[in-house]
This record gives sequence, C-alpha cells and structure tokens, in this order.
Amino acid sequence: MDFQAVIESLPRYGEPLLVTVGVTVASAALALVLAFGLGLMTGSRHLAVRTPARVFVEFFRGSSVVVQLFWFAFAMPVVLGIQFDYLIVAGIIALGFNYGAYSSEVVRGAIAAVPKGQLEAATALNLTPLQKLRLVVLPQAWPEMIPSLCAFAIMLLKASALVSVIGVLDITWLAGLLGKQPGQDRLLHYAVVLVIYFVLAWLIWTGMRALERRAKRGLGIEAKVQKGRLAPAVAAGGVD
Amino acid sequence: MDKSFGDLKVLDELSFRVDPGERVTLIGPSGSGKTTILRLLMTLETVTPKADPEADGGVVWVEGRPYSHMEKKGRLVPANEKWLRQRRSRVGMVFQQFNLFPNMKVLRNVTEAQVHVAGRSKEEAEAKALSLLDLVGLADKTGEYPSRLSGGQQQRVAIARALAMDPDILLLDEVTSALDPELVADVLAVLRDVAATTSITMLCVTHEMGFARDVSDRVMMFDSGRIVEQGPPEAMFSEPQEARTQDFLRAVLAE
Repeated sequence: MDFQAVIESLPRYGEPLLVTVGVTVASAALALVLAFGLGLMTGSRHLAVRTPARVFVEFFRGSSVVVQLFWFAFAMPVVLGIQFDYLIVAGIIALGFNYGAYSSEVVRGAIAAVPKGQLEAATALNLTPLQKLRLVVLPQAWPEMIPSLCAFAIMLLKASALVSVIGVLDITWLAGLLGKQPGQDRLLHYAVVLVIYFVLAWLIWTGMRALERRAKRGLGIEAKVQKGRLAPAVAAGGVD
Repeated sequence: MDKSFGDLKVLDELSFRVDPGERVTLIGPSGSGKTTILRLLMTLETVTPKADPEADGGVVWVEGRPYSHMEKKGRLVPANEKWLRQRRSRVGMVFQQFNLFPNMKVLRNVTEAQVHVAGRSKEEAEAKALSLLDLVGLADKTGEYPSRLSGGQQQRVAIARALAMDPDILLLDEVTSALDPELVADVLAVLRDVAATTSITMLCVTHEMGFARDVSDRVMMFDSGRIVEQGPPEAMFSEPQEARTQDFLRAVLAE
C-alpha cells in the first residue's frame, strides 16, 4: 500500500471537508427549524394545523433520500422551474427537509411528555398559550430532546455523503476521485474519510453532551452519566 | 350545573353559591366530584353545555357576572379563551401535586406570572415574592430549584405563587394529600395563617378534618356529584344528619 501518495494528497481534502461540514451544519440548522415548526404543528389540537404538517412529515419520512436529492437537484428545475444556482443548495434542502421531518417526532414527543399538571398550573396563573410554550413547556422539553436530536445530527452527517451522487464535491466524492487515480490506493482513501466522519461525529456527540448537561442544570438536575446514558429528569416529587 | 365526561355524569344538577370571603370545605369520597368543581372554577374543565343557559342554567357565575359563559348578542354562550383569560385572573389554585415549574428557581416561580401576566415590574414582583416566601417560611430558599425542596416546601412555594397574583378566590385541591405526614402540619399552618390574615374566598377539598373544622365557615358533603348535606363545621362534624355523611366521617376519623 502506498501511504506516501495518500499522505501527500491529504491537503486536497481541505476544501471538500468544508463542503461536508457546511452541508451538515446548514441542513442541520434547516432541520432544527423545521423540526420545531412541524413538531408543534403535528402536536396541535386543530386538524387544519395538524394535517398539512403530518402529510409533509410522512412524505419525507416515507420516500428515499437519494431520490429526493435527485428530485431537488434535477427534477424541480424541469417540473417547477425552480433552479438552484448551486447543487449544494439542493442537497442542503433535501437533507434538511428529510431530517427535519424525522426530528419533528422527537420535538412532538418531548412536548407531549411535559406533565399535564405543568400546563394546568400555567393556566391557573393565566399565562397565554404562547407564554406557556415559551416559559414552561419548551424549557422542560428541550433537555429531553437533546439525546435524540444528537443521534439525528450524527445520522445527518453520515447522510451528507449522499450529496456526492448529485455532484456536490464533498469528502466522499474526493475519496472516490483520488482512489481512481494512478499510484493511489482506493482503500486507503476510503479509510481516510471513514476516520474524518468518525472524528466529526465524535465532535457532534461531545458538543451535544455539554449542551445536555447545561440544559439539565437549568432544571436543577446534575446530569450524571449512567451506563453511557444521561440521568433522566427528576419527577415532580423531589427529595423529602 | 352538570358535568359529564363522556357517559359519566360527575356533577349532577349541582347548584350552590359561595359568599365573598367565605371559607368552604368540600368533603366526600373520591369520585364524588369535589375536585371537578375546583377544576371547573379554574377553567381547567368546562361545564357540560345546555341548550338554553338562560332557562336551564348550567352557568358558573363569579362576582355577579357569567364566568363559564359570556354574553353575546344578549345571550349566554360558552366562553372563549379570551373571555376566560380575562375572568380567571381573579381565581388562583393550589394543586395536589404542587406543579411548580422545575425549570425556574423558587423566586422565579413566584415572580414569573406577576411579570408576564399581571404586568408588574421585576422589582415589584420580587419584593412581593420575597414577602410571600417569608410568610410561608421559605425566605432562605429563593435561589433553589424546586427539585431540591421537600414536598412540603414545594407546596408552600405553590401557595406563595398563587397568592402572588392577588386572587379573590383561592382553590385548594387536596393540597396535603401528596405529602409525607410530618410535612402536612407546616402547610396547614401556612393556610391557617392565610385564612386568618386575609379575606380571600377559599374553596378547599381536603381530608384533613381538623383543618376543615378550624378554618371553614361551611362544610359541604358530596356524593355522586350531588351535595348530600352542608352546614357549619361544628354541626356537620358533631351531629351530621344524613347517614351517608355519618358513614363517611366515621371512616375518615377512624384513620
């Protein structure tokens, strides 16, 4: 195996790495916004609010990401006349919609898990529906969402490799390109991207852990790692 | 008024009035509808609508004005959220399970609604909160999260939180039922204090008969969504007229 050639070509990974990180961060941001919007809508009491969100979620969860990528990149310009200036934008939107749809279930579930008594207490204090959401529900639901959102963020990072199929030049694309060149070892290049993905995933995980610890402190709970998982939120009872 | 959950009729043609400043205790077996009355008054439930509220009743009135209903073109119709928001500000409630907000420290639990609902300044709200937390004996716990407090302490914070909104009517829903026995006394002492020093109308669902006897002006005995018997506590506890009341009191006092 020719390690020398691989090491010499490592600097070429710089720009594609920025693309991978950029696609992941941008589509994660889009997914997060959608997750909250759709999560609130699918949890709504009103059918007229719930239905369109439910259709959107089921559509994006129920069809292939790869097909969606092709659709946003190549079919939309033809069918709807919407042309993205850069394919990367099509990639970000497809991934963002997809993972937004998935994560919306996390948001909906965490909101639904806030005890009913909390809402009743908020009603007794005459908070408006928006105040209930902002001051009571979301601050309590947020720490519960973080572990699942973290898992989706890591899945999104790995799924970002799919943008190479619509011609976005990320690290997966570069590994394929370099691996085919004379004097290069394809296996080694794929090993390089494997390590890069692993390191990026670890960074996401570490960041999310810190975020969760902070969020739990905001509930007066010291988050301790228990068998690799964070301690569940303390129930209403408290310590007598 | 009536209240049904599906086919289950919880309150059956119930009608009673409470005078301003009166302390009423609601007693009776579980499932008799006591808590439902408080939840109706807090607008956490709605009365089962009647076709013609003017003739058939089924309307909650507070301070001489419709509460569960609103007037629309001279007729009474079930109230919308806007109406309820305006009307329920006179009513406060303390819950069996305390329901403090775990994401806020003690002080903020008591100031939050003052600032966001009553529109008080932060300083004003904090001053009021501190004096109320002092009243309930928890002035030293303002910086703690609720999860760090005992059940009795949490319930006293919840009382302070309700009082901070200056309610005319305070609803107490089995406020000591979830507490360890040795913590009950502190909470009842706070409520006795509130009863003695304010003129708030209090409706209290409780199994603490001693507290009911000391604090209330009237005791109402419920069974199956109806008032079985009511009267001043001395009469109710020493010589109840109805067999149902006698059985119930014997069972409760035997504990």
